[in-house]
Amino acid sequence: MILLIPPAVYGQKTEVCNTCQTRTITGAIKKAAPFDTIVVKPGTYREFNIGITKPLTIIGEGNPVIDGENKGEIITVQSDHVTIDGFTIVNVGTSYTTDYAAVRVVKSRHFNIRNNTLRKLFFGIYLEKSAEGKVVNNTIAGDAVNEYNSGNGIQLWYSRKVEVTGNTVQNVRDGIYLEFSDDIAISHNKSTGNLRYGLHFMFSNNDIYTDNLFENNGSGVAVMFSKFIKMHRNTFRKNWGPSSYGLLLKEITDSELSHNTFENNTSGIHAEGISRVTFTENDFADNGYAVKVRGACYHNTFSHNNFLYNTFDLSYSGHINENSFNSNYWSDYRGYDLDRDGTGDVPYRPVKLFSYMTGQVPEAIVLLRSTFVGLLDFSEKVSPVFTPAGLLDHTPEMKKNTW
Amino acid sequence: MLKIIKYSFFDLLRSKWSYVYFLFYLLLGSVLLFLNNDLSGAVITLMNVNIILVPLIATVFGVMYYYNSGEFTILLLAQPVRRRTVFTGQYLGIAGSLALSLVLGLGIPFAAYGLFRSAAIWDFAVLLLTGVALTFIFTLLAFNIALSNENRIKGFGYAILLWLLLAIAYDGIFLLLLAHFQEYPLERFALTATVLNPVDLARILILLKLDISALMGYTGAVFKQFFGTGAGSLLSGLVLLLWIFVPLWWLQKSARKKDF
Repeated sequence: MILLIPPAVYGQKTEVCNTCQTRTITGAIKKAAPFDTIVVKPGTYREFNIGITKPLTIIGEGNPVIDGENKGEIITVQSDHVTIDGFTIVNVGTSYTTDYAAVRVVKSRHFNIRNNTLRKLFFGIYLEKSAEGKVVNNTIAGDAVNEYNSGNGIQLWYSRKVEVTGNTVQNVRDGIYLEFSDDIAISHNKSTGNLRYGLHFMFSNNDIYTDNLFENNGSGVAVMFSKFIKMHRNTFRKNWGPSSYGLLLKEITDSELSHNTFENNTSGIHAEGISRVTFTENDFADNGYAVKVRGACYHNTFSHNNFLYNTFDLSYSGHINENSFNSNYWSDYRGYDLDRDGTGDVPYRPVKLFSYMTGQVPEAIVLLRSTFVGLLDFSEKVSPVFTPAGLLDHTPEMKKNTW
Repeated sequence: MLKIIKYSFFDLLRSKWSYVYFLFYLLLGSVLLFLNNDLSGAVITLMNVNIILVPLIATVFGVMYYYNSGEFTILLLAQPVRRRTVFTGQYLGIAGSLALSLVLGLGIPFAAYGLFRSAAIWDFAVLLLTGVALTFIFTLLAFNIALSNENRIKGFGYAILLWLLLAIAYDGIFLLLLAHFQEYPLERFALTATVLNPVDLARILILLKLDISALMGYTGAVFKQFFGTGAGSLLSGLVLLLWIFVPLWWLQKSARKKDF
């Protein structure tokens, strides 16, 4: 019987506090046996380079502070089954040659990093070649000013099957950064006010991200060079600036986007080189450009989305390439529905002549909102001549799509 | 000259046109603000008014007023007053009254809305400033045309044509040139072409103040950099002044030569 109970249950418990026998976390770890629990009482512990090389559960009671005093990395985990819970970790050292992190997990499995608060940091939580762990309910608040000397909030590098849930990341370089990491689930996170991207994906496949909020980031969210990505119920808001966008998709294939909200972005989605991606039941509201499609996009489907009051619904360059835009709701649609089947009888052309012209000659944007351009768009709407002939919504919805 | 300005000004007040113009803007401003509740959106709509209606009304008013007061002008010219004074005075009277209607008509609803406490005050100031400049420019151009055309139909025709040219056709030609020379770097050309036309200049100056300028991407950044510097704003102010002083000089010259 006893053999069946997981070892963590009968591990020893050690307490650390300023007046206890063990006064440092490093000391407690050294003394502890595998699967022990270390409880750290409130107080400030000035320690850095805390190496955890055996399975341990380290719990902070009443928010103890670990102050790295800007000397370097603070906690490094190099063992499976490590839990770090309830700490405030501050003052990670900044270096131009080493990526110091508040918590780094190296080649480990079944780790659990939860309920921590990270401030004054370089890199926040750095997962390196690790798998099957969790990063839950952490708050990471940086004070990044320049891209070159700031780090990322949560970084995953060559990691697999990690859950990143309920974290708040703000004012760092990239909120959440994934490189070569597969089967990652990112949900219910808030990534706001970061210098570069709220979420940044590179070469990471089969990942799913849901219910996240990305707001006010320098350039929005970038998903690049990846396959089989699922993005559901995320909100991309207020990424506004000359080179910002809600979501940048570059070289993405076989992915799904549904029930996402894109609001007040310069470009809601900027797509380049994407194939077989489906965009279903998303809201695009009050964006400059709702969707910008650049070259080399094949077989993508936009259907049952709502395009609401965007300055331009669609900017498109290149050939049609079997991309389709059917059955969406367009707030600019002025057609009618005589047979009352819920879809308009006249196809809708989502590309305005002016947005087509600016696709060809970017400088033409200086004529934005001039009277001539208004006339031009109007006459093009009445009798289309210039806009790509196949680029139509054949069955525009008369009413806003709901789900 | 002050007397003539005053006379023209009160003449317009008596004929109620100033009031109509004033009430029109008052209504427009109030409706936009109190139904829309969005200051930035209201400024954009007003910008459209600014670049179409303001020049059009100034043009039509200028021509109309000149022809209507033709007999009185001749009467004035019989008195010992300089021609320069008569025409400049009449021009300033009508342009001043139109500008006042614009500023008060839009200013009152915005002030009532609480503009002075909001950050949009500078956007609004640029809006009014360019509106006033456009009023002065287009009234003057209309005066010039009316002065050199005895035939009223012809005069009206030319004036409307001029408005059409500056407010609409100019941008068409501009766009064609951009499309034709798309292989070349066009930022400098676009900048020059914008600064030279007062209507385009007004539009860009307002747009750059608003969030929407982020849509203009790289080109917008170049523009912002230019107009953000002291030299850029100085230059655009200078161009607007040139649009007033050159035609004014022309008006005085042709008034001196004209045989009544």
